[in-house]
Amino acid sequence: MTKILIRGAKVLGGEPQDVLIDGETIAEVGTGLSAEGAEVVEADGRVLLPGLVDLHTHLREPGREDSETVLTGTRAAASGGYTAVFAMANTFPVADTAGVVEQVYRLGREHGYCDVQPIGAVTVGLEGKKLAELGAMHESAAGVTVFSDDGKCVDDAVIMRRALEYVKAFGGVVAQHAQEPRLTEGAQMNEGVVSAELGLGGWPAVAEESIIARDVLLAEHVGSRVHICHLSTAGSVEIVRWAKSRGIDVTAEVTPHHLLLTDELVRSYNPVYKVNPPLRTERDVLALREALADGTIDIVATDHAPHPHEDKDCEWAAAAMGMVGLETALSVVQRTMVETGLLDWAGVADRMSLKPAAIGGAQGHGRPVSAGEPANLTLVDTAYRGEVDPAGFASRSRNTPYEGRELPGRVTHTWLRGRATLVDGKLA
Amino acid sequence: MQRHLISAADLTRDDAVLILDTAEEMARVADRPIKKLPTLRGRTVVNLFFEDSTRTRISFEAAEKRLSADVINFTAKGSSVSKGESLKDTAQTLEAMGVDAVVIRHGASGAPYRLATSGWIDAAVINAGDGTHQHPTQALLDAFTMRRRLVGRDEGLGQDLSGKRITLVGDILHSRVARSNVDLLHTLGAEVTLVSPPTLVPVGVETWPCEVSYDLDRTLAKSDAVMLLRVQRERMNAAFFPTEREYSRRYGLDGDRMAKMPEHAIVMHPGPMVRGMEITAEVADSDRCTAVEQVANGVSIRMAVLYLLLGGNEPAATHTRTEEK
Ligand SMILES: [Zn+2]
Repeated sequence: MTKILIRGAKVLGGEPQDVLIDGETIAEVGTGLSAEGAEVVEADGRVLLPGLVDLHTHLREPGREDSETVLTGTRAAASGGYTAVFAMANTFPVADTAGVVEQVYRLGREHGYCDVQPIGAVTVGLEGKKLAELGAMHESAAGVTVFSDDGKCVDDAVIMRRALEYVKAFGGVVAQHAQEPRLTEGAQMNEGVVSAELGLGGWPAVAEESIIARDVLLAEHVGSRVHICHLSTAGSVEIVRWAKSRGIDVTAEVTPHHLLLTDELVRSYNPVYKVNPPLRTERDVLALREALADGTIDIVATDHAPHPHEDKDCEWAAAAMGMVGLETALSVVQRTMVETGLLDWAGVADRMSLKPAAIGGAQGHGRPVSAGEPANLTLVDTAYRGEVDPAGFASRSRNTPYEGRELPGRVTHTWLRGRATLVDGKLA
Repeated sequence: MQRHLISAADLTRDDAVLILDTAEEMARVADRPIKKLPTLRGRTVVNLFFEDSTRTRISFEAAEKRLSADVINFTAKGSSVSKGESLKDTAQTLEAMGVDAVVIRHGASGAPYRLATSGWIDAAVINAGDGTHQHPTQALLDAFTMRRRLVGRDEGLGQDLSGKRITLVGDILHSRVARSNVDLLHTLGAEVTLVSPPTLVPVGVETWPCEVSYDLDRTLAKSDAVMLLRVQRERMNAAFFPTEREYSRRYGLDGDRMAKMPEHAIVMHPGPMVRGMEITAEVADSDRCTAVEQVANGVSIRMAVLYLLLGGNEPAATHTRTEEK
């Protein structure tokens, strides 16, 4: 059994402590722990967090291995400090059967960089018409508990109601990509001042808000749990806040890019800023930060969406929607939430590890940093400053909106059940 | 000197007036027996049309030929935009051929901007209409027509459109002509009013330098020019307005409405006109309607733009709109 002593780490941003890992678990947390028989990692005042958990990752395998694979995606995850990712179902074939989810789950286990928990499709082929075999996916080796047609909205109210009801049988949750399809036909960017000038088709806030409003009411009516993916508008925040105040069992996520970037960037017509839901306004960004701080929005999820160069090196209208995010998420959260004083590191651990693990039911993840817990850990050099260089990404794709931007913080080490997946910023 | 003309918002007042004045010089060429200048001899201009527009292409082609440029017409209609490779690939092909200017028409907003700024090509880029974004030479020819009619052909030289009241009627939401005109007319000192059913006004219009009205009759008496914008028939099926008849009743220009306009006021249309719905034959054929002149003026304006971008001195800038607002 390997022993690792992490010396002088600010656990959750607190006073420096030593953390001793023995095998797959944390053996001891304290001061002046003995290094005997252990490999020592000098943390030097870096921040130690529970391994991050991403509830919203696109790994692209099977079907689009030119964008990403389970291997490259989980290496990117480990680089970003993640020990578990939930893989979205919009692959080719769609993850709507036990066979596909088991394949993705097993690839994650074999590669060993990060646990991969597949998300199952809500409907067959993401077509929104017929429920997929939700129970069979849950009972498979992958043990699916989160279901989503992400990329598409489950817009039929009856199908959504049935899905919400059905997953109650095994404690599942439906994660909704809230996008009213008719209101977003031809949509290219946030509908507002900038879209009016640029002549790009508008994606109005109400197309998101109306679906969220409907779904929280449905969840209340049938007594189910609903999760809102990548919430992006100030109005959506108000609806979720209202729903929670009413006792409705709703959780919500925000992406790092919606916490930092606005639709003003679309003026460049550079498709690297094309994403769904689209970048919104400054007012929305500030509302999202506040909501993440006060707990209205429960978690940060990356919506890591890799695309090959040729799908972005073209005119805006023809470009694919999405951004990669696993390797920059923590830096963006440090910049937008920690350095603004809205969240401390314990808050970051809560929003990026504890809560996402709880929502998705990720076993052994999102646990406190204390003795007896699985050694899923992330060490962050929060003093680091540097420009984002996509050339160094582990992801197979480079579609980051942060190229050349200075962002704070760098993950130096990641441990998955006591085994280092990232050492001194390099994949193990 | 700036090398591209992407948006009417890129033009300063002095750039715009210079183009209009230069176009007056170019117009004189059209009055000569031999309608040709040697200005662009040995230069190659490509008309790169991803979207069909015979009128605009022919207008550019005539302008290029009158300036003695070598002209290549490249119609990419039907080539797949879905993958997006066509624009970049075509650009690189043209680059290899050593073209000096690309006149581009594209169905996607921002495509000319991408072409000019992505390092795919070195040539000057002239936007001949992109999606629902911009059509700057159309706005210039409209301003040219207004200046001639409302200020005067010779008196107009060096002048802008200060104090002129211009009304644009029709589908603002989908109109690159409206966007370009609002920008340019504002730069030239005119007061612009947009008139449209509320469904065809973009969300966000409140930041534009113009007024918005839903009532055509109220704006007619205070208009020096009324410009009708195309309303495509398919908008009706998308429920932008109830029926063609109702649109015509509220926003169409007929003889009675024209009579409410001041005596000197003109009626403009970028063409092709949908008679009956937007405009009655009576109005279209009246001598107050400038639609035919606009076509002729288009050639002079495009000659001026090509001349200034490729041969002459200091016109157009390349940035997107925001800065000045
Ligand atoms: Zn989504």
